[in-house]
Amino acid sequence: MMFAATLTTSYFLVLSALMFAIGAVGLMIRRNPLVMFMCVELMLNAVNITFVAFGTDVDNVGGQISVFFVLVVAAVEVVVGLALVVAINRRRADATADDVSLLRG
Amino acid sequence: MLDAAFLIPAFPLLGFVTILVFGRRLGEPGAGWVATLAMGGSFAAALLTFLGLVAEDKEERRFVQTLWEWVPVGDFSVDIGFLVDPLSITMTLFITGVGALIHLYSIGYMHGDENFSKFFLYLNLFAFSMLMLVLGDNMLLTFLGWEGVGACSYFLISFWFTEEANATAGKKAFVTNRVGDWGFMVAMFLLFTTIGSIQYVDIFGNAGELSENTATAITVLLLVGAAGKSAQFPLYLWLPDAMAGPTPVSALIHAATMVTSGVYLLTRVSPITAEAAGWSLDLIAWIGAGTALLAATIAVAQNDIKKVLAYSTVSQLGYMIMAVGIGAYVAAIFHMITHAFFKALLFLGSGSVIHGMHHDQDMRHYGGLRKLMPVTSATFIIGWLAIAGVPPFSGFWSKDEVLAYAYDVNIGLWIVGLVTALLTAFYMSRQVFMTFYGEYRYADVRPEEIEAVWANRVAAAEAAVADAEAGIGAAEDGVVKAQEKLDKATEKLEQRQAEMAEVDQSDEKAVEKATKNLDKAQDGAVKAQESVDEVTASIDTARAEVEAARSALAGVVLAAEAGGDDLDGISDEDLPEAVRERREFHPHESPWQMTVPLVVLAGAAIVAGVMNLPFSDDLHFLGHWLEPSFLGNKHKLGLSGGELWVLAIIAVVVGAIGIAAAVAVYLQRRIPADRIELPILARGWRYDEAVTSFMGGPGRKGFDLIAWFDRTIIDGAVNGTGRLVRSVGGEMRSAQSGLVRSYAAMVAIGAVALMAWFLVRTTF
Repeated sequence: MMFAATLTTSYFLVLSALMFAIGAVGLMIRRNPLVMFMCVELMLNAVNITFVAFGTDVDNVGGQISVFFVLVVAAVEVVVGLALVVAINRRRADATADDVSLLRG
Repeated sequence: MLDAAFLIPAFPLLGFVTILVFGRRLGEPGAGWVATLAMGGSFAAALLTFLGLVAEDKEERRFVQTLWEWVPVGDFSVDIGFLVDPLSITMTLFITGVGALIHLYSIGYMHGDENFSKFFLYLNLFAFSMLMLVLGDNMLLTFLGWEGVGACSYFLISFWFTEEANATAGKKAFVTNRVGDWGFMVAMFLLFTTIGSIQYVDIFGNAGELSENTATAITVLLLVGAAGKSAQFPLYLWLPDAMAGPTPVSALIHAATMVTSGVYLLTRVSPITAEAAGWSLDLIAWIGAGTALLAATIAVAQNDIKKVLAYSTVSQLGYMIMAVGIGAYVAAIFHMITHAFFKALLFLGSGSVIHGMHHDQDMRHYGGLRKLMPVTSATFIIGWLAIAGVPPFSGFWSKDEVLAYAYDVNIGLWIVGLVTALLTAFYMSRQVFMTFYGEYRYADVRPEEIEAVWANRVAAAEAAVADAEAGIGAAEDGVVKAQEKLDKATEKLEQRQAEMAEVDQSDEKAVEKATKNLDKAQDGAVKAQESVDEVTASIDTARAEVEAARSALAGVVLAAEAGGDDLDGISDEDLPEAVRERREFHPHESPWQMTVPLVVLAGAAIVAGVMNLPFSDDLHFLGHWLEPSFLGNKHKLGLSGGELWVLAIIAVVVGAIGIAAAVAVYLQRRIPADRIELPILARGWRYDEAVTSFMGGPGRKGFDLIAWFDRTIIDGAVNGTGRLVRSVGGEMRSAQSGLVRSYAAMVAIGAVALMAWFLVRTTF
């Protein structure tokens, strides 16, 4: 209980910011599609934490409800994302995200 | 009962859709009956609406039935709605009534055509479009019908499109009408910008706010539109060519209904013309009068039975336009209705004649058909009396009313109208006399066929001369050869004589031989000399033959010139097969589907005059009925009853003179027809040729210039925009690396930049 008093919203926000930064940087510097995919999930969950933290802070249940929406989006993204990962791996076992650049102008 | 109004166009539309889907299965005559029934239903609905309108109070006789919104654009909206008022319902009644009769007639006329159901498909589509034109409660809907009837007119003129001329006539009608449509469209735009609505009810209410210049511009532009559809000068060119279509089409579209839509439009917008400057109304009146006279003069010299009626239609439409121009709307509509009856009757009658005469349309080949086609001729004669203005037939009353108004407004118009009436009586009598009276001429040998026989004979004589001349040549060749032989024989003889002189006299054997040789050579020489004489004599014979052939040729040529149309010296064997076929042929009366409409229309053509008798104000049924529709400048007739009687008597006398002149020329043959049927009239004053050569010559340069402008400036702007976008895109595409991670980086940078901007903005 004594920790609860000191655990303010700022802690959660900092945690969320760190997670988001790790996810964003990871997405940009890693080439393994599966890892990139996990980085996206990390960013989404960082946002979820922010939602919950602020929801508790302003005593509004809306923040937690938003999380459900994000989770639904994340679930949908999993379907598409994993399919992409599988498709990329089928090309070559060691294929990276940079190997698929058909959209280059 | 007024709610039945939407059924009027719905029936033909239903018929159209039915034939479109089941046309092939319905076949002949099923499709025809479906179409006729649809028109009958439409007529019943029109009658019902008419009765509903009659039941209303006079002031209440205007009713708008809105079905749904068609073009909603902001404040502006166009509805599918019908304006039911005395004018539109009057038009509707005769369109559906005459239309149903013509549909019935077509079942008989189109018998055996391979595209039987397609014909009725077009007819029903036409009827639908025409009813939309008349019933539409706004100008856009009227324009929809206007274009619809134009398209159907094109389909139906070139219905037998396998013949080049028919397809060309259809195109000509379509293209000429585009000029008129331009006028209609610009007038519509002008109305929208000034009044802000194209609904007739709004136009009627706000016409007074228009400035005189605007109203004049709209009136003149609508006149251009009317000149296209109602075939007025200078756009009347297409109507005579439109006769290429089947005859029921000519009756329905190019006589009774579509061509009256220009007159209808001008009467419909009468509140606007009331605001227009006086000169624009004078222009309408004079264009009508001028067209009436011009077309009547051309009709005098036409030999095609349908061409006469076509020019007659142009002329009668001129009458209606003239009546509109002088503000006599009731007279215009009255003449439109009676004209629809008697001209449809005349066209259907001519169709019956054409049907009975194996599609020969040349009146010079007819003659004496009165006994062979009793129903057709009796009804045709009624139509003739109606159009010639013989009382008490319907044409007399309506034409007389137009003339009375013309006399009241401008005596010049009256004189032009009177001359036109004279010519009308003349050329219609000519047509009747050439077709139904006189000798039966169909089996006669035609002048061109006699000419062909003579031409054949001259050709044969010329060939004989050529043969004989070739004989001289051969004989001369023979002489040369014989001479050569003689030369050889003489040489031989000389040689033998020399041998004889040199021979050793002591050698008896040699002497004997030489003597023998010499004798032989002498014989040969004598024979050669004989053959030369013989051949030389044959040259003389050949020359004599040539002389004989030449004189025979001269004789034939003389006989050909003298013979002309005469059958003297021509036996049956010389004549072409077609003449014998025609002798076998017997013209026949048409089937009942064709004669019944003729009889009904003839009845209408007799009695239609009672709609608007001039004797007292109470008898102006049509005039009182139409009053709620003509809100504008209907001219009030300021003539006394006595003056009207004088005018009517003058009109009757003029008509009688026209008929009497035709009797003198075509029945009694006291005046040669050549003196009246001038070649320049037969060629329509060469107006068509002049237009063609202008369009092909100087006009062409103008069109080329416009085409150049379109290609370089307009297309250049469009294509230039496209090229610009492409080149910019080409530069920009290098930004697309195709790498997911760089896209992610861009999103990240963008998000950071956005956030930085928000922070900066809120902080300072």
